[in-house]
Amino acid sequence: MREDHHDKPHAPDHPMTEFEWRVEAVQALLIEKGILAADEVRRQVEEMDDRSPALGAKVIARAWVDPAFTARLLADARSAILELGIDFRQEAALVAMENTAQVHHVVVCTLCSCYPRGLLGYPPDWYKSLNYRSRVVVDPRGVLKEFGTELPTTVEVRVLDSTADMRYLVIPARPAGTEG
Amino acid sequence: MNMRFKPGDRVRVRVGSPPGHFRTPLYIQGKIGAVERVHGDYRNPESLAYGGDGLPKQPLYLVRFPQSHLWRTYAGAAQDQLLMDIYEHWLKPA
Repeated sequence: MREDHHDKPHAPDHPMTEFEWRVEAVQALLIEKGILAADEVRRQVEEMDDRSPALGAKVIARAWVDPAFTARLLADARSAILELGIDFRQEAALVAMENTAQVHHVVVCTLCSCYPRGLLGYPPDWYKSLNYRSRVVVDPRGVLKEFGTELPTTVEVRVLDSTADMRYLVIPARPAGTEG
Repeated sequence: MNMRFKPGDRVRVRVGSPPGHFRTPLYIQGKIGAVERVHGDYRNPESLAYGGDGLPKQPLYLVRFPQSHLWRTYAGAAQDQLLMDIYEHWLKPA
């Protein structure tokens, strides 16, 4: 381990864990071998830090007031979102699913933490927790209730387990009384 | 694209634990579902995970399973569904 990594600029304020040391070591090696530049790493981190649910909210707000946009969003999410000037630069494909009075979607990645990061930023910790990932597939209504969403038995609950190349964006139903 | 299945087709998920990385969770293996959507061809993660090129690409499907078929004690409504992305080599006709 090279000494100059002890006082890197954004060192966490807690003792480094084994994983953090490992990341440091791998990164130092990649830079030393000329595979990565320190600047590229910093740029990527900054770009990711820039992403937040505000981007997703902008997309949903447009969908709520523009049915033609919603149709395009459902048909080809990436192109529709580009119309708003948002290039979420995600390798994986994005698929939008619409909540209605009849259908309610909930997204999980039981295998890891797949999430539309380019559009919503880092996944929240609960999304990555074993608790959420294992329970929401078996008891989606119970888990949704813990989030304050209680669904009548007439609604169809659709759990989307994003196991592969697709990232899912749910278009929530527009709340009543939000017109004008 | 040479898709073996089309929307509406009944499929059964293969059972297996190949050595290394695969993205078909154990809880869905052996279950019967229906193809909801055909996503297109994607590189095979079982090869990509080890620095391979992921070729040949595999058709990827969104498959729908009734929750009541997955869990014997499912407490939700009868119409509730679980949808999962599954690569074609993990599916067979049902």
